[in-house]
Amino acid sequence: MTSPDQSWSFLFGRLTLDSLPLHEPIVVATFVAVMLGGVALVGALTYFRLWGYLWKEWFTSVDHKKIGIMYMVLGLIMFLRGFADAVMMRLQQAMAFNGSEGYLNAHHYDQIFTAHGVIMIFFVAMPFVTGLMNYVVPLQIGARDVSFPFLNNFSFWMTASGAALVMASLFIGEFAQTGWLAYPPLSGIAYSPSVGVDYYIWALQIAGVGTTLSGINLIATIVKMRAPGMNLMKMPVFTWTSLCTNVLIVASFPVLTAVLALLTADRYIGTNFFTNDFGGSPMMYVNLIWIWGHPEVYILVLPVFGVFSEVTSTFCGKRLFGYTSMVYATVVITILSYVVWLHHFFTMGSGASVNSFFGITTMVISIPTGAKLFNWLFTMYRARIRFDLPMMWTVAFMLTFVIGGMTGVLLAVPPADFVLHNSLFLIAHFHNVIIGGVVFGVFAAINYWWPKAFGFRLEPFWGKVSFWCWVVGFWLAFTPLYVMGLMGVTRRMRVFDDPSLQIWFVIAAIGAGLIAIGIAAMLIQYAVSIINRDKLRDESGDPWNGRTLEWSTSSPPPAYNFAFTPVVHDLDAWADMKRMGVPRPVDGFCPIHMPRNTGAGIILAGIATVCGFALIWHIWWLALASFAALLVAAIAHTFNYRRDFHIPVETVEETESARTRQLASLQGAAA
Amino acid sequence: MSEANSAATLTGRFYDLHEHDHPEGGSTMLGFWIYLMSDCLIFAMLFAAFGVLGGNLAAGPGPKDLFDLPLVALNTSMLLFSSITYGFAMLAMQRGAKAQVQGWLLVTALFGAAFLSIELYEFAHMIHEGATPQRSAFLSAFFTLVGTHGLHVTFGLVWLFVLVVQVGQRGLIPANRRRLMCLSLFWHFLDVVWIGVFTFVYLMGMLR
Repeated sequence: MTSPDQSWSFLFGRLTLDSLPLHEPIVVATFVAVMLGGVALVGALTYFRLWGYLWKEWFTSVDHKKIGIMYMVLGLIMFLRGFADAVMMRLQQAMAFNGSEGYLNAHHYDQIFTAHGVIMIFFVAMPFVTGLMNYVVPLQIGARDVSFPFLNNFSFWMTASGAALVMASLFIGEFAQTGWLAYPPLSGIAYSPSVGVDYYIWALQIAGVGTTLSGINLIATIVKMRAPGMNLMKMPVFTWTSLCTNVLIVASFPVLTAVLALLTADRYIGTNFFTNDFGGSPMMYVNLIWIWGHPEVYILVLPVFGVFSEVTSTFCGKRLFGYTSMVYATVVITILSYVVWLHHFFTMGSGASVNSFFGITTMVISIPTGAKLFNWLFTMYRARIRFDLPMMWTVAFMLTFVIGGMTGVLLAVPPADFVLHNSLFLIAHFHNVIIGGVVFGVFAAINYWWPKAFGFRLEPFWGKVSFWCWVVGFWLAFTPLYVMGLMGVTRRMRVFDDPSLQIWFVIAAIGAGLIAIGIAAMLIQYAVSIINRDKLRDESGDPWNGRTLEWSTSSPPPAYNFAFTPVVHDLDAWADMKRMGVPRPVDGFCPIHMPRNTGAGIILAGIATVCGFALIWHIWWLALASFAALLVAAIAHTFNYRRDFHIPVETVEETESARTRQLASLQGAAA
Repeated sequence: MSEANSAATLTGRFYDLHEHDHPEGGSTMLGFWIYLMSDCLIFAMLFAAFGVLGGNLAAGPGPKDLFDLPLVALNTSMLLFSSITYGFAMLAMQRGAKAQVQGWLLVTALFGAAFLSIELYEFAHMIHEGATPQRSAFLSAFFTLVGTHGLHVTFGLVWLFVLVVQVGQRGLIPANRRRLMCLSLFWHFLDVVWIGVFTFVYLMGMLR
């Protein structure tokens, strides 16, 4: 339903020239910069004739390693966008005192804090953890690919499609001004009549299809495709946390899909699920979305708990302390994450007994998390710890995350929450656990697995610069928020009356600046490492003296991962093989059965993007046409029965002989 | 010599040296089950929404004014019959009788289409009487829950016709058998969901 004050035409729906934010100089300047960058990129790709290579080797690839890397690239690009939003908020809040309005108007500022949250959770953290799981899990379990390789490619492109819609909202129309969870009635058609919330809905729905399918895919992979001998209690901890994460994904993302679909019905059809009248209940939305939202927190943090476990045992050179308790702690967190959602809205007024129940469950969930921390500490106890970058990030995580965990337990006490609800204390708390947990974990993982993915290590100097800027910058940026939150300053404010607060916001802005230097140093680290890749080359495939199967193959691994499937006899299978001195098989290779690349994933996701855009702008003919096209393309794809091929034995022999020579020359050099 | 021997034994113990193709589609049934459970969760949310909002009539028409139980019973029987006939299609598949599979699939489609037609008639009738999805939260939840089930049946029908063509083209090859198995799960799943709809929405609605 188009609201009466908006013009609508058959051909373009609600889209008019006025939809372009030409009156916002900041957006126009960004647009020009993005366009110039985009033209330069397209020009460079065309000049160096890279389109065919990208299409054949990457976009249509069903190789879990390449898809994993594409997820990481997507996460990194969106991270820069999300961080730009953060810097703009920090500057605005540091400036808007003493009658100053700052430099952002309310309309723009509200979009920025919404986009920051949505992007950082859905299009940064999610691609990062999904990318890591995609890359590492099949290698860790000794498999050649995931269970459904085409679905994997399709999932990635659906996630990218959602990201593309969010980016488009910056320049065509506007994004939601509702906060990252779009609570009704504010997000209903009455109070948000324009396209912002529709961008939000369709971006998340399209990306959500990808996330759910990738969750199903990875569960099936872990359950069905483990190497012989790897029973559940011999799985690497990262694989365990990935399994639990994907169970959470499959058991929670449909809830998000359903609740957003109901909001969509309210906005497009005029139903009354979350309206204030005709019997609707906005509170039901808050309940439903947090039934997804709380497990989502653990979806993000469980995989990095796995990363820290792998890093700790590798860099301490010993088995993880308390592997069994680590697995049980992970499973308990998985289950408990479903019975704490109400702590996000104690103030809604569910009554003392309901609040007590959820307060207690929330405190209980810190017990398995604490058990994990003690396991890492006991692993480090009396170990010969190597403080390389992955281990540095792990230690920074332990120190930072514990504080975030404790402020979380503080917020779990309902009476305290009544004081701190919606304050900057909450903002500081969840950034404390998400940056201190997820972001630090992803950086640990990138430094840890980069040599596996690309065949050369990351250069440590710029990595350490980045590390120190990040850790110090984080505390500088968020300690003031804790302080102000305790003083009662609420979140999402654009201007302030009390001039005594300004100094805290200035300190926070300086912290954000330090983080910006950290990010720059990280990008320099990648660039310097790529330029010096010959010096940083990892010939062994096992640069950290690793313990799990991904380190038993070459860096980067061949397309088929393992010429012969490893057989597992012990936890830390590769450490076991090294201890026993198992010789690598050098002959008797066979052709290897592999899935075939396909363009169907990117084509389907491309049509889905068009369909989403048409729905956002009420271009009904295009929405119908693109939906029909989606259906036809999907059905056409099912008529393709040629999904696999064999890598010829000559190719396998050639690859493996090169590997044999490489290892021999490495041994010669050592001798 | 013995050292070389033990090294070879060790390699054999730690590597699967007899490479073989992995059976095609070995994870498909598990994957499809997990997908169905995720879909089940969507229905669970819609049932929950109906549970919360089902009594909010906003002074509009309620279940007793709107539901025609004999018609719903007829509708339910259509869907249940379609499940039986899908079962016959699967039995024919086990026997390898391609034409019978196609025949039973088409009979299933006929029952499915009858179910959808009756549902659409019911919807049209209600809307005609002013009981639109916009009228009250009860009706919003009703149309969304029942309509989502109907949409699933519609896509099931599209899938069914595609399979009739593919079975015709390639016969009962393993890939097609797997697809028939998946659609079978999907179809029976929709039956189970409908039992929930029939019980919680229609029968209990009349008791409210």
